[in-house]
Amino acid sequence: MTTSSPQETDSPQGTETSAVVTFANVRIGFDEGDILRDVSFAVMPRETLVLLGETGTGKTLTLKMAAGLLRPMRGKIEMLGQEVSAMSENELLAHRRQLGFVFQEGALFDSLSVFENVAYGLREERVAEEEIESRVLEALRFVELEHTGEMLPSELSGGMRRRVSIARALATRPPIVLYDSPTAGLDPVTAQTIITLILRLRDVYGVTAMLATHRLQDGFALAKFRFDAESKRVVRLTEAENAASENEPPTRFMVYRDGRVYFEGAPEEFAESKDAYLQRFLASI
Amino acid sequence: MGEVLGDAFKQLLANIQGYAVMSAQALANVASAPHYLQDLLDQMDDIGVGSLPIVLMSGLFIGAVMVLQTGSQFTRFGQTALTGDVVAIALVRELGPTLTGILVAGRSASGIASVLGSMVVTEQVDAMRAMGTDPSRKLVTPRVIAGILMLPLLTALNDFIGLLGGCLASVFSLRLNAVEFWTRAINALDFADIMQGMMKPLVYGFILTSVGCYKGLTVSGGTQGVGRATTQAVVVASVMIIGADLFLTKLALYLGDKIF
Repeated sequence: MTTSSPQETDSPQGTETSAVVTFANVRIGFDEGDILRDVSFAVMPRETLVLLGETGTGKTLTLKMAAGLLRPMRGKIEMLGQEVSAMSENELLAHRRQLGFVFQEGALFDSLSVFENVAYGLREERVAEEEIESRVLEALRFVELEHTGEMLPSELSGGMRRRVSIARALATRPPIVLYDSPTAGLDPVTAQTIITLILRLRDVYGVTAMLATHRLQDGFALAKFRFDAESKRVVRLTEAENAASENEPPTRFMVYRDGRVYFEGAPEEFAESKDAYLQRFLASI
Repeated sequence: MGEVLGDAFKQLLANIQGYAVMSAQALANVASAPHYLQDLLDQMDDIGVGSLPIVLMSGLFIGAVMVLQTGSQFTRFGQTALTGDVVAIALVRELGPTLTGILVAGRSASGIASVLGSMVVTEQVDAMRAMGTDPSRKLVTPRVIAGILMLPLLTALNDFIGLLGGCLASVFSLRLNAVEFWTRAINALDFADIMQGMMKPLVYGFILTSVGCYKGLTVSGGTQGVGRATTQAVVVASVMIIGADLFLTKLALYLGDKIF
């Protein structure tokens, strides 16, 4: 088990690259007590950090703190070179426009059409109307829902709502996307569609991602597969690609338990671990 | 027991502080960009136009009932002609603003609390914040300003329709002359009455919308919490309106004496 320090680490080219997100000794809790204690980690550019843990272990809190939606009681959080935990609410509003957030149930604005939901962030950024239309259509085409623009969220299925939520998050082309249990409560086929979209977003646009989930298979899917832009299909990484990907920004797992980082490392390390708790996790797939 | 009371008192203070901060922020937002004009217009339509039917119907009946009640007393002294005076003063100074405030609170404070509460529990407010929008500017300010702008207009219409209802009751029940009723009603009012009647709804509009917003944005406990917040919004807004009425009446009478 390893815990990375939230410092600069070697890039694939061997040069120093700043982490996109760093948590340093972060603590947060509510009236019932601490939820997270002394949590430290870093997410590198183009890396996908998969946050795992049982319900209530603080996965969503971590994402919300990273986005500045919640403030830690102690510790320091940095994102894209700025100290999120020290920003005023007004500074945070501007800062958050640089990231995409996919909420668990989609959190679409139910009084707005699908088109207006996806256009929301662009309108906030005062993007020109012609550009808004093309970018919204591009985002909806990406999630294969370009025909739903005039529909209201209440007319969509659960899976479609998540896909619109992903379209909304990517419309502003953020360098980092935070996913809060994007496949929770979905049937396996729809969940696979969502994971495919996350893979596409990672492999086509090169976004850095933090993904909270209690579904280990989602994490392994992100680690073992890639989206092939030429064939437009999801393909399993070959042995050679696996070996090569050791130098690439990887998919990394982090497991919370009892308010602390219990495991942090590569998916293979997780799969081969003899730790009884992690074994129980593996058995749940 | 002492600890429970202490916690309840702390909670009350925290609520008062939270409400005061949210309300002050909502008003301060007017002075700086960005402004959400379309949201303001939507809220003016919802609070103003949407409340029109209940306000007008209630006004008509209240005016008529007042004439019947006062008329039955004036008949004993043969002074039914005074009915127009009494109805005009009571409606314009007191009943018009306060009833309009309570009626709109019942409709709009509950509506605002339930909409915003639902947005909170479905994480739409967090989504808004995550996309760089200040919920105070986008959700609270347009509603509060719409309430402040719409309540005086609704009150003016309520006053007029109330007098119309009173006139109808006077003509058909007390056999008074309609022209005499309107002449006496209009002559009975002076500028201080109008000022009092138009000052109160400004405050009521602020109260009912800000309470609705506060209750909605502080929802906890899922859909049950939304239901609780909706009820509380109506109760708190109505009590605050009636409480504010006392102080506003005293203030208006004082100003009326000093200025007019």
